[in-house]
Amino acid sequence: MKMPPHARNNNSLPSPGGTHGSFGRPGAAMNFYATLLIALKALRVNLLRSALTMLGIIIGVAAVIIMIAVGSGAQEKVEAQIKSLGSNLLIVFSASASQGGARSAAGATHTISEDDAYAIARELPEYLVGAAPTLRGSGQVVAGNSNWSTTFYGITPDYFEVRAWTLADGRYFDPAEINGAAKVAIIGQTVATSLFGDESPIDQVIRIRNVPLTVIGVLAGKGQNLSGSDQDDVVLMPISTARNRVLGATVLAKSRSVGSISIKARDGVDLKIAEEKVRDLLRQRHRLQPGQEDDFNLRNLTEILQAREDSSRVMAMLLAAVASVSLLVGGIGIMNIMLVSVTERTREIGLRRAVGAKSGDILRQFLIEAITLSLIGGLIGVLLGSLGAELIGALAEWPIKLSPFATALAVSFAAAIGIFFGYYPARQAARLSPIEALRHE
Amino acid sequence: MNAPLIRTVALTKDYLLGDTRVPALQGVSLEIARGEFVAVMGPSGSGKSTFMNLLGCLDHPSGGEYWLDGEAVARLSDDALAGLRNRRIGFIFQHFNLLPRTSALDNVALPLLYRGLALADRHARAAQRLAQVGLTERAGHHPAQLSGGQQQRVAIARALANDPALVLADEPTGALDSRTGIEIMALLQTLNRDGMTIVVVTHEHDIAAYASRIISFLDGRVVNDRPNTPHDASADLAALPDPAAA
Repeated sequence: MKMPPHARNNNSLPSPGGTHGSFGRPGAAMNFYATLLIALKALRVNLLRSALTMLGIIIGVAAVIIMIAVGSGAQEKVEAQIKSLGSNLLIVFSASASQGGARSAAGATHTISEDDAYAIARELPEYLVGAAPTLRGSGQVVAGNSNWSTTFYGITPDYFEVRAWTLADGRYFDPAEINGAAKVAIIGQTVATSLFGDESPIDQVIRIRNVPLTVIGVLAGKGQNLSGSDQDDVVLMPISTARNRVLGATVLAKSRSVGSISIKARDGVDLKIAEEKVRDLLRQRHRLQPGQEDDFNLRNLTEILQAREDSSRVMAMLLAAVASVSLLVGGIGIMNIMLVSVTERTREIGLRRAVGAKSGDILRQFLIEAITLSLIGGLIGVLLGSLGAELIGALAEWPIKLSPFATALAVSFAAAIGIFFGYYPARQAARLSPIEALRHE
Repeated sequence: MNAPLIRTVALTKDYLLGDTRVPALQGVSLEIARGEFVAVMGPSGSGKSTFMNLLGCLDHPSGGEYWLDGEAVARLSDDALAGLRNRRIGFIFQHFNLLPRTSALDNVALPLLYRGLALADRHARAAQRLAQVGLTERAGHHPAQLSGGQQQRVAIARALANDPALVLADEPTGALDSRTGIEIMALLQTLNRDGMTIVVVTHEHDIAAYASRIISFLDGRVVNDRPNTPHDASADLAALPDPAAA
């Protein structure tokens, strides 16, 4: 008070003037860090209350995390399975025809033939990429001193494209081998490893039912299929070889009949329409009257897989509903507690206003408190949600995929809830008149 | 420095009660010079609280003018008033109004926070002010761990934090026993001797007696404004029997 006002420096310490030529400089606003500390302190004072308030947000965010982990895990698995199975896949199994009222299991009788497959491929090229007739059998494979029990298929060249097989080594069958019952085979990864270990199986001889076959190729690995069986535990041979040499004595060899036909529809073709075309053609070839049951079994595998994906999507939708209700309730809980807090702390607000807090400072303080509450809840929710998702994955053996995107989404959503539901109480606090607030009992 | 610290001209304040205008202050014109120690007295409803709210820049007048330290205050925005309170006015309340579960040091530092100072600066200055009121030892204590007199001294340290031009005390001894009340008045007298302008609102003549000027309000007007030969609070304190001996 000994200096004229204009000689004083607004910012200097430790000798700030008691009087100034100006006041309320813009830079004088409370800094964010200090506000955050006030918020944390206020939340710590009522620790139990803060924790209970966060619960809704915690559950909501955890549900979002689990939902997305389960949803995208399932989707990823189904996509991988469709990829390994071959997309746009229809399979015709033989039989399931009624014989005198007794229904036999699909594939047990033999009502479809190799010629059906060729006819399908020939008649419906605008719908199909290929139709691969398949003869299936099982037995011991022997190579030197090793033996292995496996499944073998007699196939045509279409099989590779239709079922999405590629070679890891060697070559495909040539047409002469397919037609001429050549003694050649292409083996799956599992068979190759079991019989030959680290050695190359190419040009080695394997014996199935005492028929020697030369290995000309090894399939690229696919892993497990839908039902968990090993798709790589397989031996492929020309269909004529299977029919004439390996299965020779059995019923399958007697005619041109096959166990199944795998059909791949063209991309962009509606699988339902392709399915109908194949059904019509087969019924016509089998001379079935209208009203008579199919003597074959036509399945759309992609559809079955997608149904599975749909069911996990339903689960995800359910969780999403839980999550949004929980987040809403959590948000209302935050608003409620913040309103209580504003009332409880009216005198504190009055005091802060008296010592220089602008209404914007008060607004920020309570808003940051609400956001801190919801953000901490959100982070705990992310933690519990990730743990929960891993647990569900381990216990229910569901595929789980945690995504950083989902985490960021959930956390920012939690913060948004803090802003949305915290704004009204914060505005109430900011609007209090300092005099009224100081007088509050 | 001859201009008065406070100058009001025909200051009025009306309140709306339903549809009726209730005049709480009906034209108050006065000046308070730097370094004065003023007691404002009057029964409840006399307008003294309204006047103090206006002096403290907590409220806008309905009419008239108010200059604080040469600055016209009457029509400033709310935010500008907040800045003014922060830098030029220190408040002392009857019930101390300290933040609970907050250390004495942090309570004193509160106005510095709204001034935008860094933490280290805030703590350094708050510690100086606590030393000024003799509470350095208690810097880390929470209000609940302090006696009423100590709490009021923390509040005084807070009022001094920003080196204000004016200290406004609203019934500062109202919640204290008489001995502690005199201790507080002694502290305020010391501050006043060092140059601080102090305005105390009280309804107790014993307390007003420590001021150098007494202004009395009635029905929204100043009815009496007279100089006073102040009692010496320190001397009164020394004359009291020692509570430890009693």
